[in-house]
Amino acid sequence: MQTKEQAGDIFDRVRKLSSADETEVLFSGGKFALTRFANNTIHQNVEDQNHVLSVRTVFDGRTARASTNRFDEENLRRVVVASEALAKVQLPDPDLLPMPDSREANGNAGMSNRATASRHFAETAAVTPQLRAEAVRQIVDLAEKHKLTAAGIYSSSESVEGNFNSRGLARWHTQTLAEVSISILGNDSSGWQKANSPNVANLNPVRMAEIAARKAIDSAHPAEISPGKYTVILEPSAALDIVGFMFWDYSGMAILDQRSFLTGRIGSKLFGDNITIWDDVTHPLQTGCPFDGEGMTRKCVPLVKNGIVKRVVYARATAARMKRSEYKDKVGPIEATGHGFPLPNEIGEMPVNIVFATPENPQTVGEMIASTERGILVTRLWYIREVDPYEKIVTGMTRDGTFLVENGRVRGGVRNFRFNESLIQMLSNVEAMSVAARACGEESLDMVVPAMKVRDFNFTEVTKF
Amino acid sequence: MNHIMQPALNVATVRGASYADVRVINQRSRALTTKNGKVGSASGSESFGMNVRVIVDGAWGFAASEDLSRQGVEATAARAVEISRASASVKRKDVQLAPEKAVTGEWTTPHKIDPFSISVEQNIELLLKIDSEMRAVPGVTLAEANLNFNREEQWFASSEGSDIHQTKYSSGAGYTAYAFAGNEIQKRSYPNSYGGQWQNKGYELIEELRLVQNARRIAEEAVALHHADQCPEGTFDIILDSSQLGLQIHESIGHPIELDRVLGMEANFAGTSFLTLDKLRTLRYGSDIVNVVADARQEHGPGLGTFGFDDEGVPAQCTPIIRNGLFTGYLSSRETAPMIGESRSGGTLRAEGWNRLPIIRMTNVSLLPGEKPLTLEQLIASTDHGILMQTNRSWSIDDKRFNFQFGCEIGWEIKGGKRVRALKNPSYSGITTEFWNALDAICSRDEWTLWGTPNCGKGQPQQVIGTGHGAAPSRFKNIKVGSAYKGS
Repeated sequence: MQTKEQAGDIFDRVRKLSSADETEVLFSGGKFALTRFANNTIHQNVEDQNHVLSVRTVFDGRTARASTNRFDEENLRRVVVASEALAKVQLPDPDLLPMPDSREANGNAGMSNRATASRHFAETAAVTPQLRAEAVRQIVDLAEKHKLTAAGIYSSSESVEGNFNSRGLARWHTQTLAEVSISILGNDSSGWQKANSPNVANLNPVRMAEIAARKAIDSAHPAEISPGKYTVILEPSAALDIVGFMFWDYSGMAILDQRSFLTGRIGSKLFGDNITIWDDVTHPLQTGCPFDGEGMTRKCVPLVKNGIVKRVVYARATAARMKRSEYKDKVGPIEATGHGFPLPNEIGEMPVNIVFATPENPQTVGEMIASTERGILVTRLWYIREVDPYEKIVTGMTRDGTFLVENGRVRGGVRNFRFNESLIQMLSNVEAMSVAARACGEESLDMVVPAMKVRDFNFTEVTKF
Repeated sequence: MNHIMQPALNVATVRGASYADVRVINQRSRALTTKNGKVGSASGSESFGMNVRVIVDGAWGFAASEDLSRQGVEATAARAVEISRASASVKRKDVQLAPEKAVTGEWTTPHKIDPFSISVEQNIELLLKIDSEMRAVPGVTLAEANLNFNREEQWFASSEGSDIHQTKYSSGAGYTAYAFAGNEIQKRSYPNSYGGQWQNKGYELIEELRLVQNARRIAEEAVALHHADQCPEGTFDIILDSSQLGLQIHESIGHPIELDRVLGMEANFAGTSFLTLDKLRTLRYGSDIVNVVADARQEHGPGLGTFGFDDEGVPAQCTPIIRNGLFTGYLSSRETAPMIGESRSGGTLRAEGWNRLPIIRMTNVSLLPGEKPLTLEQLIASTDHGILMQTNRSWSIDDKRFNFQFGCEIGWEIKGGKRVRALKNPSYSGITTEFWNALDAICSRDEWTLWGTPNCGKGQPQQVIGTGHGAAPSRFKNIKVGSAYKGS
């Protein structure tokens, strides 16, 4: 693994090679390993190591980026030359700001952020192929005990991110992550569980397999029921995957581009009173790097309070543009929040560490089921895509454990549905939520999010299984 | 690259590998975007590395590294062997590979103009000209354009004696005009949405696309959509333009024929397939005029799935997938072909890059054009009442590839053989086999385009790769339209 000291030495070499007004070097990479199983067999088992260095140069308001994964002198020279050549032929960008120095990047005066706790765990970094295989063997044993079939992954990684610039900024982040995803399949049913954590000790693959197997067993012989509007109980991963589709829009650049569903709606009450959301990289259940693509510290940003959209996040240049724009009095507080992507880019920024507030009176999923006269319990959503960008209608399917709930009890499995649902409507119809928990899915970034009971969820079609 | 490949093969075999292959890859890319009169992003990248794939004790292992020193290469090979031994602790039976002759080969994407020989200034000038044309139309609120070029040089060697060198080029370009007004965001894209058109070609692709010439029309259509009627809900005959049909093929034929999905190997993420083995040569996939091939050969055209050899050294092939409506073939690899009694791999194993394991990927999965001469305008003229849908806006399909829903950027109502009005927010949905059996007309070769899908995701860790899909505008009878907005 690359160290901050090694990266600093490389940055010094790059800086000596650069003739630019300003030079920035991003470092990323590490070691990633993944054991994959299906049909109760490990069928793929991979490991890779890679580190990437990306050089951004600036000449008189012109900027561009070039990257390489080779750090010898010749290739450092090549990547600097490539970055400079690209930058010099750009048009000057009047919105481009000088690179941040350490004071600006670390400052964030007036913010009350927690320090981000270490997200690097030696125990995770030390996970071996043998340890992963042993966990898979236990998962497979459990599946075979029930005459079911297991498929899934167990991955472990150790990674670095760094940002150094010619104004003295030197930021470094290391992290580990372990992830387990398990599908248990029956003849006509399936169940699924997925979890990850920087600390492998927080994962319990066997317990996850037991839950997935129970879902497969309980959803066997699925009944076909008509599509329509149902009360749904979305487990946290399902809630995450669908609501995640709106967070690209909580961006100053998306407002300026008029591609956000929040254009003209900031300050409005869009969702129910019980919806409060913020972005907070320091949350103990969150993961990720505490600084953004320019090296700015990620601030804690309240996005929605009691259903009212309060503000969006900003990269430095976007905040400066917004302050000059026609929207400046209509979008709440405007400041660089540390959510920018590496420059140059066309999308600006987005919140990547979403945290939903736990309601005053949280309910467990079991309590939600008990209070439901007729509804659908959803384990997982799949292949979600945006249908309408301003009404924020998204479509997708249920998958791997979809159940009919009647008179407060789970009655059995049902065939999977297609939904077409407005996220504005959905978050206005949340009747109950659980304690917010760390969840991960397939289509959206990991989140701290509750299970949600939602009325009038719009299923438009049913599929064949 | 023998100084890298041979030590890796030696270490793997000495340590017990019954099979080993090595890929060394050097990738180069250029990506440029513009947005509302400015350069949005400008980047170039290079990535160089190698991997070793082995079978030890009947199980797979794979390791990849950026470290190309002798010591690094040998350590990577040893690591792949160690990983294999861990795999072998949870196996049902030994991996068997379909036999394949060792081959020494050389292949390069046919191209007229090396895209990296064109200056970045010229690239930006083109993008800004397109941008200017779009923003000249009142009502356009956002204009985005992109150019992308890739070059991948790969050396492959196996313990069976294969030694292959390939160099692949791909180019892509496209743009989108957005119009925000009232409570709607509408958009139009050219030549296709989500990055435009991509092919395994040099810069000549960009010159063929008539990008600037179409920019103003596309922008005008985006603005005009605000005055169009909402697409009705109901059952209609629909005509899909070739780009939308390309994506329809990708999702509802290309993915379900992947044999790894069928055999459950992708069950946890990408899903499985409704095309269980009993359906081979028995299922009426489509109507009699449906003929689909998976063709990686150069003679099929410059698709993103065109190559000389796949990533386990199997020469490019053409596999008939659907013949006159009957389902006839899967996409296979050396590992999966024997599992269904096939004697040879279909040659479809590909990886995103040097640090990823090759898995079964679509090559060019194409619907062959109609045999009788038929233009789009003639197809419209022969349609009594229907809806023409153009350019994908959204796509979704279940994890067995049965139930799908697509949205398009623009629709046109057809009455009495004529386009009578534009429609906004068109969408359609269906069940895969019912849909393909409803196909009653396919335009002929002159209307056929080999589209590129540059963003196909599959695998764990997920790999994004390009696939090709040839299609001509086609008509489908009695299709459910408008569900996407039903109940909203």
